[in-house]
Amino acid sequence: MTDPLALLGDWLLNLLAQLNLPPGLRQVILYLLGVSVIATVALVITIFNTWLERKIAARIQDRLGPNRVGPWGLLQPIADAIKMLTKEDTTPAAADKVAYNIAPILAVVSVLLIWAVIPFTSQWFGTQLNVAVLYIAAVGSFGVLAVLMAGWSSNNKYALLGAFRAVSQLISYEVPLFLSLLIPVLLARSMDISVIVEKQATLLEMYVVAAPLAALLFFISSVAEVGRTPFDLLEAESEIVAGYHIEYSGFKFGMFQAGEFMHTFTIAALTALLFLGGWQGPGVAQAPILGLFYFMGKSFAVYFVTMWMRSTLPRIRIDHMQALNWKILVPIALTLLMLTPIVDYFTKDLGVLFSAFGGALTLSWRFAALLLTNILVTLAAIEAVRRNAKRNFVERSRFPERPVARPPREEAA
Amino acid sequence: MTLEPVMEVTVNDLKHLLSDRAAEGDTMLLNMGPQHPSTHGVLRLLLELDGEIVVNCIPDIGFLHTGIEKNMEAKTYIKAEVMTDRLDYLNTTGNNLVYVMAIEKLVGLDVPPRAEAIRVLIVELQRIASHLVWLGTHGLDLAAMSIFLYCFREREMILDILEMCGGQRMMTTYFRPGGLWRDTPVEFEAAVREFIRIFPKRVDEYEALLTRNPIFIDRTKGIGVIPKDKALEWGLTGPTLRGSGIDYDIRRAFPYAGYQDYEFDVPTEEGGDVYARYKVRMQEMRESLRIVQQALDNMPLGPVNSANRKFVPPPRSELGHSMEAVIHHFKLWTEGFEAPKASVYMPVESPRGELGVFLEGDGGPRPYRVHFRTPSFTNLQALPWLSEGHYVADLVAIIGSIDIVLGDVDR
Repeated sequence: MTDPLALLGDWLLNLLAQLNLPPGLRQVILYLLGVSVIATVALVITIFNTWLERKIAARIQDRLGPNRVGPWGLLQPIADAIKMLTKEDTTPAAADKVAYNIAPILAVVSVLLIWAVIPFTSQWFGTQLNVAVLYIAAVGSFGVLAVLMAGWSSNNKYALLGAFRAVSQLISYEVPLFLSLLIPVLLARSMDISVIVEKQATLLEMYVVAAPLAALLFFISSVAEVGRTPFDLLEAESEIVAGYHIEYSGFKFGMFQAGEFMHTFTIAALTALLFLGGWQGPGVAQAPILGLFYFMGKSFAVYFVTMWMRSTLPRIRIDHMQALNWKILVPIALTLLMLTPIVDYFTKDLGVLFSAFGGALTLSWRFAALLLTNILVTLAAIEAVRRNAKRNFVERSRFPERPVARPPREEAA
Repeated sequence: MTLEPVMEVTVNDLKHLLSDRAAEGDTMLLNMGPQHPSTHGVLRLLLELDGEIVVNCIPDIGFLHTGIEKNMEAKTYIKAEVMTDRLDYLNTTGNNLVYVMAIEKLVGLDVPPRAEAIRVLIVELQRIASHLVWLGTHGLDLAAMSIFLYCFREREMILDILEMCGGQRMMTTYFRPGGLWRDTPVEFEAAVREFIRIFPKRVDEYEALLTRNPIFIDRTKGIGVIPKDKALEWGLTGPTLRGSGIDYDIRRAFPYAGYQDYEFDVPTEEGGDVYARYKVRMQEMRESLRIVQQALDNMPLGPVNSANRKFVPPPRSELGHSMEAVIHHFKLWTEGFEAPKASVYMPVESPRGELGVFLEGDGGPRPYRVHFRTPSFTNLQALPWLSEGHYVADLVAIIGSIDIVLGDVDR
């Protein structure tokens, strides 16, 4: 079966050739088209996701959700976008104008950049980068900068508090995020996402089988990285109102929202690619286009979990969040990163443990050993946490006790 | 020379309220409220923060001041009652109850047993409704979004029952001196029975979401601890006091409206923290349901209004053929009844604590002075002490746990 996208590319290339453009320019035009297509796809999925999220949250909360605009409320995101665009765009008088205006753009761009290396099928991707994972780690951190700039430049105390929290949360959660990101890289011997996906050919070869704990760590720390419930401290509306984007209105506010939704879906997609086999699935070798559906299906399954968490869990407190990161996630990630190569080295040539359904379910000794390692580390971690668990209560009367309202003191002459 | 209005208050102007570090710029002043999602209305808190830790918390109340107490002096006893609904808008019938009971005490008016049973039933339903709003907003403060919608779903059933009785969902003014506005409608019993059938399962559902949720426990255990002696010093009442392990409930200590005839427990918890107060309120909902069940099962028959025509307007059916009834009707709705020159204090247990009314008559048809001792106001006083040294996030949990209603605070 021919690839429709490749056909389209050839046709465009021919078209440009007929226009007598130099070959270099032809390629540039084609690349620009590709960039806009991928960016548009990401944004369109985001628009759809806002509707989906509201619908699913509504179902969980026993209500209907959007159902007025269009069939099943499907056009609600469009109506929201129009509303957002027609709102007044305000800038606080005391804001740092440059940083204030760049921040929302950065919030969206940092996420869009990740999409450049995401393979939708075996043949459809923005670019095949041999250091894709490193690239994701690099551009993913831009988002922190956007939050920081927004929080600082708004010149608002709530925004500043949001920025405080952003610094501590986003930067510390990058540590377990990237440590767990290294596990699939280790297993696939490649930083190229396409290669990582190719190696997870069958059901039991998915890295979630070999490294379930790493998958969980990756998922938790990416949820924290995005700042979704239960880690939505940077914009906790019941504490610091809206956090870093409190002063933003209209389109700029919309950019932040779009960036957040897109980032959430992006981490779902990354989890699907790195641990759930991305576009791999039955029949993909014959019809690569099927991969798109597998990839989207897996991504939405992970995305659903984030929505589910959002509707159910209370918000974690900032010191608990740091304790969870540094005392639990980072040690586990480090242990895993230490054990995985060792186990991998000794078991890589041991062959197949069992095979069923004509090779559709094949578990190698290597994966079995890794799975066992993961389970053991999980049990050890649970035991260690249980033994050393101290709910760190805030000590009362940190400050000397004194009457709440003192009489006004005499002005010094 | 024109006088410039003072728009900004400097740190210097506030230094009697703040720590010495504020003047040096060591700490940050943050204005939380009056428009803030988790101050439960229009409470304004001036916070002095050291990073995220509260050094000082100065509540500024009065944004919802309505002058109800003063306004009531200008109205007859019956007409003033509609204002009591607006005090604590989550406990409307409870406010009616305390006011009409004060009048009954002042003029010595009898209440038929059926009216008392219906009053208890409605007030207990109202207590559940109020606790549901508390639970929902408390959950929302901790970002547990769904619980809010679940709670409001059940609260809606209670509001439907109130509408059935009083014609209004919230501001019912259903209780009148000497009884009720009218008897309950025929659908009432079925509706309450349906609620009794459904509600225990729903409370289990809420508890399943929160009670053993590790994040919720982390956020509430050991937060905002009020020791017993402090709780008594601050004059706290209601679930906030019982959360500190003091068994004091006016329904049990000074029974009114026939509460001595009902079987119910007064739940207490020893912790004194946000979690203990949460547990007390959750159990209270179950206890209230028990009272509702008993009131419904043992509902006496008979009139719902006192036969004393000097205070209770005659039924409409009499107006056509009784001159005396017409006179009473006219007198009551123009002049109102006169109360003796005396004063009474009537406390009841509102969902938030001791709700008392001090009512003084001067011999005329209007009260000379009405003063409400509202639980939210008293309980709010403990907030600065409670929140010192906690995180901003905990402050939100503490405000939620003392369950204030600003209409009740400011009056």
